[in-house]
Amino acid sequence: MLNLDFSFLTWAVIKSNIVPGLLYSLQLTLVTMVGGILLGTFVALMRLSSKPWLQRVAAVYVDTLRSIPLLMVILWFYLLIPTGFYAAIAGSYGVDHRPELAAVITFTFFEAAYYAEIMRAGIQSVPRGQVYAGYAVGMTYAQCMRLVVLPQAFRNMLPVLLTQTIVLFQDTSLVYAIGAYDFLKGFLTVGQIYNRPDEVLLPAAACYFVISFSLSMLVRRLQSRIQIIR
Amino acid sequence: MGKWDWQVFFQDTGGGQTYLQWLMSAWGWTLSVALLALVIALVVGSLIGILRTVPSKALSMFGEAWTELFRNVPILIQLLIWYHLVPEVVPPLKAVSPVVLACIGLGLFTSARIGQQVKAGISTIPKGQRYAGLAMGLTLAQTYRFVLLPVALRVVLPTLTSESMNIIKNSSVAYAIGVVEMISFATQAGEETSMHGTMYMGATILYFISAFAINRLAAVVEKRTRLAGALGGK
Repeated sequence: MLNLDFSFLTWAVIKSNIVPGLLYSLQLTLVTMVGGILLGTFVALMRLSSKPWLQRVAAVYVDTLRSIPLLMVILWFYLLIPTGFYAAIAGSYGVDHRPELAAVITFTFFEAAYYAEIMRAGIQSVPRGQVYAGYAVGMTYAQCMRLVVLPQAFRNMLPVLLTQTIVLFQDTSLVYAIGAYDFLKGFLTVGQIYNRPDEVLLPAAACYFVISFSLSMLVRRLQSRIQIIR
Repeated sequence: MGKWDWQVFFQDTGGGQTYLQWLMSAWGWTLSVALLALVIALVVGSLIGILRTVPSKALSMFGEAWTELFRNVPILIQLLIWYHLVPEVVPPLKAVSPVVLACIGLGLFTSARIGQQVKAGISTIPKGQRYAGLAMGLTLAQTYRFVLLPVALRVVLPTLTSESMNIIKNSSVAYAIGVVEMISFATQAGEETSMHGTMYMGATILYFISAFAINRLAAVVEKRTRLAGALGGK
């Protein structure tokens, strides 16, 4: 029967088991967001370039990652990254934290495919006249993109990028598949220690809910503020 | 990544079937879970979408709360709850197979997103159409049934393509509650044969084929249900 007495969740237990997991999940989300948006912008620019082969490469990259489940991608990366790589980038820490590091790399490349599509839409939303104006004042393609187009594209798409990041935060729980120690795993570990493996899912769900819900409220407010400025 | 040998698919698993047969049955489970979940998601999602647009504060609040609840908890945790916790509260569910629980969990998770699109679809219809329906003496239910939904559902249809793709991808999470779908196949068969790469590739190819098939199917459906007079219509 269910036992909904959660008094075993004392601050000491939370601090030593769950907080490290939460910190990892947040780090994974942030690093992936920054890396994914950078890589994704790059892929979007490739996709919109005038060189057909660049377009092809970018399209294959995006379409491939978007048609297979994240879990499959996680398993592939975990399989394909050689063990020596972890030692090479982070020494003995890397060897001890293989799943955690693998997840950061996987998520960055995976989410880049999703951010790329958002950035592509953002770049396409910038009026063509802006590009002409940039060229007219003597800017090169790179300058025009960096100084005129991308800032506007990024700003137009900010709410969508952040909404994707909330989805990303929830998806980080899928590192379950390779056993990385994340927020969810923190809860499951406590559940195991105190012999409450099932009930502990409720506080876990509540925490994810509170974080995702408040973030989406923030995005909504941001969206309305951006609309007023424009 | 271990040895690489396609021949392994014709080997016996030790259970009287080849790895290829196992992979095919896993594909079948992936597609069945996705399809059944999609049906649940469509029915519940349309209902939630409708609730969020009716002129009743309580009902639209309920729709809103439903959407936020199922949208803001990771699908993995939702499925674990359906599998480990819900049967404790509702004992008859203990006899139910995890496949059914996965379909319910995935279906309700997706219903929140479909509800949002249905709501958006209904809101794009000019208010005058609703008033016209009511003014002609149709009840609110009839107005939805004959005036609003036929238009709204067709407006929503293109977004359902990506939802169907999502639901196939999300069905992979059902491996965590013991559904023998393709992720479960890939990891287990990989362990048994030490040929992870080959097994992953088998599953990955079938995910590609599924995504491609949905794309084609959706193109056909969209063509047939296009709204006359709308952009891209006949």
